[in-house]
Amino acid sequence: MNKITDTKELEKIATQVRRDIVRMVHGVQSGHPGGSLGCADFFTALYFNILNHNPKAFTMNGIGEDIFILSNGHISPVFYSALARSGYFPVSELASFRKLNTRLQGHPATHEGLEGIRIATGSLGQGLSVAIGAALAKKLNKDNSLVYTLHGDGELQEGQNWEALMFAPNHKVDNLIVTIDYNGQQIDGRLQDVMSLGDLPAKLRSFGWHVLETNGNHMSDLIETLNIAKGLTHRGECIAILMRTKMGAGVDFMEDDHRWHGVAPNDEQLQKALAQLEETLGDY
Amino acid sequence: MKTAFTIINNKATRDGFGDGLYEVAQKNPNVVGLCADLTDSLKMGKFHKEFPTRFVQVGIAEANMIGIAAGLTIGGKIPYTGTFANFSTGRVYDQIRQSVAYSGKNVKICASHAGVTLGEDGATHQILEDIGLMKMLPHMTVINPCDYNQTKAATIAIADYEGPVYLRFGRPAVPNFTPENQDFQIGKALHLIDGTDVSIFATGHLVWKAIEAQAQLAELGMSAEVINIHTIKPLDAAAILKSVGKTGAVVTAEEHQRNGGLGDSIAQLLSRELPTPLEMVAVNDSFGESGKPDELMKKYGLDTINIVQAAQAVIKRKK
Repeated sequence: MNKITDTKELEKIATQVRRDIVRMVHGVQSGHPGGSLGCADFFTALYFNILNHNPKAFTMNGIGEDIFILSNGHISPVFYSALARSGYFPVSELASFRKLNTRLQGHPATHEGLEGIRIATGSLGQGLSVAIGAALAKKLNKDNSLVYTLHGDGELQEGQNWEALMFAPNHKVDNLIVTIDYNGQQIDGRLQDVMSLGDLPAKLRSFGWHVLETNGNHMSDLIETLNIAKGLTHRGECIAILMRTKMGAGVDFMEDDHRWHGVAPNDEQLQKALAQLEETLGDY
Repeated sequence: MKTAFTIINNKATRDGFGDGLYEVAQKNPNVVGLCADLTDSLKMGKFHKEFPTRFVQVGIAEANMIGIAAGLTIGGKIPYTGTFANFSTGRVYDQIRQSVAYSGKNVKICASHAGVTLGEDGATHQILEDIGLMKMLPHMTVINPCDYNQTKAATIAIADYEGPVYLRFGRPAVPNFTPENQDFQIGKALHLIDGTDVSIFATGHLVWKAIEAQAQLAELGMSAEVINIHTIKPLDAAAILKSVGKTGAVVTAEEHQRNGGLGDSIAQLLSRELPTPLEMVAVNDSFGESGKPDELMKKYGLDTINIVQAAQAVIKRKK
């Protein structure tokens, strides 16, 4: 697909993605707005600028295309919005989110054949292993395209991540760009209060990762960092990006508040949120 | 005592897996092998040596192994994971459930050292619940071949089947009696011996014991039919109902818990379709323990004599 390079235009798309998120979650009074809003800029950057992909002709094997694995599947609203807005499936289908017979399951699934989804996620901590497998398959296939992932920071409390973080440098999985939503929040409160990750950048470096850090809610910083990461691939190194984001970013009363992890806005809150988010591409 | 089949040699089913993997990898370039620090135990050494770039050593990290296998399928690979049955199932149940089964991934979960015949390592390593765990997952195929030749054939055959498979085999050398280079059909029960008084449905290591039991029952004047159920899911309902319709009595035999095993699957089928007296030769709600494989099979009631006694008991229950 044609890449959008203008930052202002990308920011406008991100605003529409945020509208989609709050409307989807409000529509079914269920889902996870906090992390979705926090990652809206990342998904916009990824799907409209960074990925080499072909939304109109989705194939499961993604041979010759960059592929993306969402590990923290609960932020499905932002994933679905980015997929629909970039052309994987009709935008109108966003209205079916979490409703009976939908392809837009509460957590992403391949089971209903939704274009753009390559693995079911939701039970946390499994996506990095899957992404590593997909990256190894690309190497076996002599396919030079890349694999991208996203993980929640709270999700890193799951032990399987550390098995995978140990594996990748050991096997020089250098066609993979791991991103972490570093918002410091999880369901029960702030990460540092619930279960601190300690010095996460130092931990990742000690496991052998090349760690980049960026502001995950600043479009031009994000794009710049993602492009730096791309430039580091295929050199024998594993690359991780810590994206500092605000949970709930873009809706003032949700920002940086763990209580919006998995709660839907009511009618009044929806209107308050939408008043802060310009309709740029047309609501579904 | 003369049995209906002749032992070709004694060989472990895990050797059948290792040789089958090596053979199928030569034919199919998409086959890859993953192992969690048990390459020799799983007999994957020959594959590793011949296809080093298609072998993935994951270390002692089974959850990661299952996830990587799921990811490899995205690029069209056919991954075979290798570790002990305990670490292939119970340890990684949620990874299999979400990343493999629910995601519909073409992963072959190859599990050695199943059951008490793992022996001296004891109950921590002797899983007797794995068939149940795996058969409960929607669309999971569950295969438990009986000897070296059949395990080798199954290992080769599953590469041509698109979808998740659990392939279960064992550690000790056991009688190898099925034909070399046999055609293995997933889900097709193998009718081994004709009989009229009782149907014995056996899987895995218990198939040879069932053949021995048939010979002993014949000396006692009872005619047993022996059927090898190498595929527990999907179950060959037609073959089972045909046999039971003739004999009117059933013994099931497996190296597994009664709960969740082959006997449980057949009891479910018969209770719906053809209620019939049934006895189960299986472990009865117990963990295993250290010991030699033969000693454990005796102690846990999984020996030839247990099948003979179960057959006698169930024939008495016929109306």
